[in-house]
Amino acid sequence: MRTSMLKSILTVALLIAGASSARAAASEADFKAAYAAAEAANKEAAALRNQWTTTAAAMAAAKKAADSGDFDQAVAASKEAEALAKASIYQATSEKEAWKAIEIR
Amino acid sequence: MKPRSAIHFASAALALATLALSAAPSAFAADTPDPVADAKAFRKYFTDKFPKVKLQDFVNGPYSMNEDLHRQWEEKEQFPPYEFSLDLGKEMFAKPFKNGKSYADCFANGGIGIRQNYPTFDEKEGKVVTLELALNRCREANGEAPFSYVKDEMAALTAYMAFTSRGKPFDIKIPADPRALEAYQNGKRYFYTRRGQLNFSCATCHVQSPGERIRAEVLAPAFGILNAMPIYRSEWSGMGTISRRFVTCNSQIRGVPLNPQDDEYRDLEYYLSYVSNGLPISGPGARP
Repeated sequence: MRTSMLKSILTVALLIAGASSARAAASEADFKAAYAAAEAANKEAAALRNQWTTTAAAMAAAKKAADSGDFDQAVAASKEAEALAKASIYQATSEKEAWKAIEIR
Repeated sequence: MKPRSAIHFASAALALATLALSAAPSAFAADTPDPVADAKAFRKYFTDKFPKVKLQDFVNGPYSMNEDLHRQWEEKEQFPPYEFSLDLGKEMFAKPFKNGKSYADCFANGGIGIRQNYPTFDEKEGKVVTLELALNRCREANGEAPFSYVKDEMAALTAYMAFTSRGKPFDIKIPADPRALEAYQNGKRYFYTRRGQLNFSCATCHVQSPGERIRAEVLAPAFGILNAMPIYRSEWSGMGTISRRFVTCNSQIRGVPLNPQDDEYRDLEYYLSYVSNGLPISGPGARP
């Protein structure tokens, strides 16, 4: 009983370890998909005339990591860039009306 | 329809029409920009916030907010750091282009004492024209390459032109053209809109916090903020145009700046200059 329990715990642990190592090993394709998503969001921010410098910095970091073959880092930086770009879109959209709240009247 | 029902119907229709007519102007008024009322409220906001600052002193930016700084500025004005730029601008202004014409040929009154009238609204183009833009258009019309809007040559030329207007009150006009009013409104919207990762608007610093420190700097009030342009900034170790100031402000709040003289910046300059109407031109200026 005890041995079989130990075996199942070990199996689960191995499975988790396997899954996490599979997750960590991002591929070039993963990077390209993540980067394209960031690029699309940043393009939308540009159309709203509201890009952030930090989005551009995260995208540059993603490219640099990809160039050196570190696709885990490249994917992480791309996702950060996408999140920043989406925040800038949210800001531009909400400010379409919100600016009036601080206007001197 | 029976006569009684017809009368009821007619009175209901009349009541509705009256309601609609009386409601319409107020809704219109709420959405229609009123630059005169804006400028009045703008001035009141700053004079109420800083009752000890003399009206004419607002053009001195941070130096009007703090007595120690004011004293430093008075000393600095003995040997102003913008003097070299002023001399260069005077020389450049007088030097003819290759075709024999000069800047004086492009402007009213030979370009002397006209800074207070810029930006203007060009009804032909349907857009705001700033002094920096007009100077580059003058160059291009005479076969010369335009100057960078953020570098020393443009700063020197505008420094000289501002100097010839010193003491003259800003006199920005908004003609009876819906496009001019729209440009004004766009400038106002830009001024109050939060942008950049820091989520700041121009107003965050220059309306809500003038006189406060942001790191080592004392923030200038928005009222009269363009009257001293261009400026020598110790932080830049050099001169800066209005374009340079706008671009730098955007970068500092982690926003990607627009191109100098893009419509938004032209409209912003139009709005900020209009609400400072009546305050004297004091440029070129010096800032910490």
